[in-house]
Amino acid sequence: MYHYDELDQRLVDERVEQFRDQVTRRIAGEITEDEFKPLRLMNGLYLQLHAYMLRIGIPYGVLSSVQLRKLAHIARTYDRGYGHFTTRQCLQLNWPKLEEAPHILAELAEVQMHAIQTSGNSFRNITADQYAGVAANEIEDSRIWAEIIRQWSLLHPEFSFLPRKFKIAVTGSPRDRTAVKFHDIGIVIRKNEKGEVGFEILVGGGMGRTPMIGQTIRAFLPKKHLLSYLEALLRIYNLMGRRDNKYKARIKILVFELGIEELQKLVEDEWNQIKDGPLALPQDEIDRISNQFAPPQWKKPQAARLGAEVQRLKNPAFADWVNVNVTGHKQPGYAIVNLSLKTLDAPPGDVTAEQMDGIADLAERYSLGETRATHEQNLVFAYVQEADLYQLWRALDELGLATPNVGLISDIICCPGLDYCALASARSIPVAERISRRFRDLRRQNDIGGLKLKISGCVNACGHHHAGHIGILGVDRQGEEFYQITLGGSADENASIGKIIGPAFSSEDVVEAVETIVNTYVDIREEGEAFLDTYRRVGEEPFKERLYPELTDAAA
Amino acid sequence: MPLLKDGKLIEDPWTHIPDEVAVPASGPVIVGLKRWREERDSLCKRKDPVGVRLKSNHTAGDVADDLEHLGVVALAFPAFTDGRAYTNARRLRERYGYKGEIRAIGDALRDQYLFMQRCGFDALEVRENETEKNWQEATNAITVYYQPAADGGKTALQRRHPPAA
Ligand code: SF4
Repeated sequence: MYHYDELDQRLVDERVEQFRDQVTRRIAGEITEDEFKPLRLMNGLYLQLHAYMLRIGIPYGVLSSVQLRKLAHIARTYDRGYGHFTTRQCLQLNWPKLEEAPHILAELAEVQMHAIQTSGNSFRNITADQYAGVAANEIEDSRIWAEIIRQWSLLHPEFSFLPRKFKIAVTGSPRDRTAVKFHDIGIVIRKNEKGEVGFEILVGGGMGRTPMIGQTIRAFLPKKHLLSYLEALLRIYNLMGRRDNKYKARIKILVFELGIEELQKLVEDEWNQIKDGPLALPQDEIDRISNQFAPPQWKKPQAARLGAEVQRLKNPAFADWVNVNVTGHKQPGYAIVNLSLKTLDAPPGDVTAEQMDGIADLAERYSLGETRATHEQNLVFAYVQEADLYQLWRALDELGLATPNVGLISDIICCPGLDYCALASARSIPVAERISRRFRDLRRQNDIGGLKLKISGCVNACGHHHAGHIGILGVDRQGEEFYQITLGGSADENASIGKIIGPAFSSEDVVEAVETIVNTYVDIREEGEAFLDTYRRVGEEPFKERLYPELTDAAA
Repeated sequence: MPLLKDGKLIEDPWTHIPDEVAVPASGPVIVGLKRWREERDSLCKRKDPVGVRLKSNHTAGDVADDLEHLGVVALAFPAFTDGRAYTNARRLRERYGYKGEIRAIGDALRDQYLFMQRCGFDALEVRENETEKNWQEATNAITVYYQPAADGGKTALQRRHPPAA
């Protein structure tokens, strides 16, 4: 992984001191809350329903065990002993105290971490594929480019006050795991006809109240021009993005209003003026960063691998876990292991400090001391030898992290909702919990197969409900919580936006509605057909008929 | 209103002339873009210098052809969250090679001074209680830059890979 050099470190240290001074001034009453608010937000400190919330950036989700132990220590010392992984591969602490926030940032800086720009109208945490560097058919490691963009986007003097927040994802595999098409800018590593590696640039994707799928603004961009092109694109957005209405300020609205061709023309003009300037990436720097993501020394597949095979035959629980949570690796003898943070005991994405410590130890023992967070709020060990799978499974099981449900219906993306969030219309965590309980039978989950269920507590769509095969959106009806269901969304390379299936359901009825949808699918699917494929084949009607018999009868 | 110019608090030698007020016969003045366009010839004939005020929805291109006549381009921050002026300042310096004063007017946080300086601002109209010390602390708070900008400050990348001597 990337290690800070002296310059990276100095910037973060200086930032901690700057923030310490700001907090001191605030506590002393030298600045008002109104003046302080933008400063704390620029350091990831929000004021939520009940307390402050600190969002810690995890660049492209990659954590060393040293960092993870530090997060555990921080959660224990300054918070209530747990943290929450978000859909931007970040970690949120829900109960930090204002006066301790500078200490937390100082502790983070000790392990090359910070919370800069995890909030505010600027670049947010740059995300990348959690299988980067180990996926079988990858073109190139997306972490390299995410790191290059991370540096360029940090405290950018021109773009720290954009019309609205700005999210960038990078993926290097044909199979997209980053929701790249739902980002303000999505970067897809591609090969052109000549076999050169570069980028396809997508723009204008997003969730929120106006979900949109990103469009290609440049089919192929040579590597060395990545930053100059981004700078040109951001410059046009900074000048032309709407600032009169917060809900129309994201770049997707600019793309929509201008049209992709017009925007493309403006960006190309700007880019032509700056592309050969100091932003052109020198090969030395690309190499310096690439080297830090170089593949490890792979070990030869061990004979003991057979042991794991035998256990698999003998032990159905282990076999289930291997089938569901373990994925193929590009290197023979290795496996990618997903750790599920979707258990019945805690809200989706939550981990306790003890679990963090435990994960850090296991990562050291089994996965080169590295853990990765995914946008689906799970964790990944990317370097596990197949021979170790059985031991690892037992250890994860003890930590409560071996639920074999990754990619299944109970692997729910869920935003914090009304339990924490000041903007929420309805609770989302309890709905996720009730759905998980309803579908707790693993055999049934496996029979249902791959199904992405996503829940947001309000139209801001932090729970990505638009991109859920089944999406659930909390709405407030005169003080009562209701839930609107969308079907057919998808966040992968064939992205689609879910369609509202009909009137919203009360909190009491929403789980039953999900049950009805799932049963409808099971009844009408063809052999081996996944939920999304069935939906795409038959459309919404069969689901509607079963969900709203009164309505469809009346219409008939 | 005091002016922070190159980090020093000075008496502002320039006078802002609101659109509805007549331009005085002498003294350096800053006028709005509309007036500049309408009265360009007479303004250029004055013996004292003239500057132009741009709103945040104007662009550097609006005055690109006039820069040789302008002693100041004042860029408005109607709210500190409106970041368009940063782009306009960079374009004035980097694309159009403007060497005169670029000043910030309007709403600014102290923590933005560094960004302003990096984007090419060299002057800033400030509140009565603002101090040189604040400017200095703010612009020295962070000393590592990843981005090339109008100040020509050395970037992390240039420090990592110094050009061969
Ligand atoms: S979707 Fe709404 S409720 Fe959920 S975290 Fe985002 S803003 Fe809060």
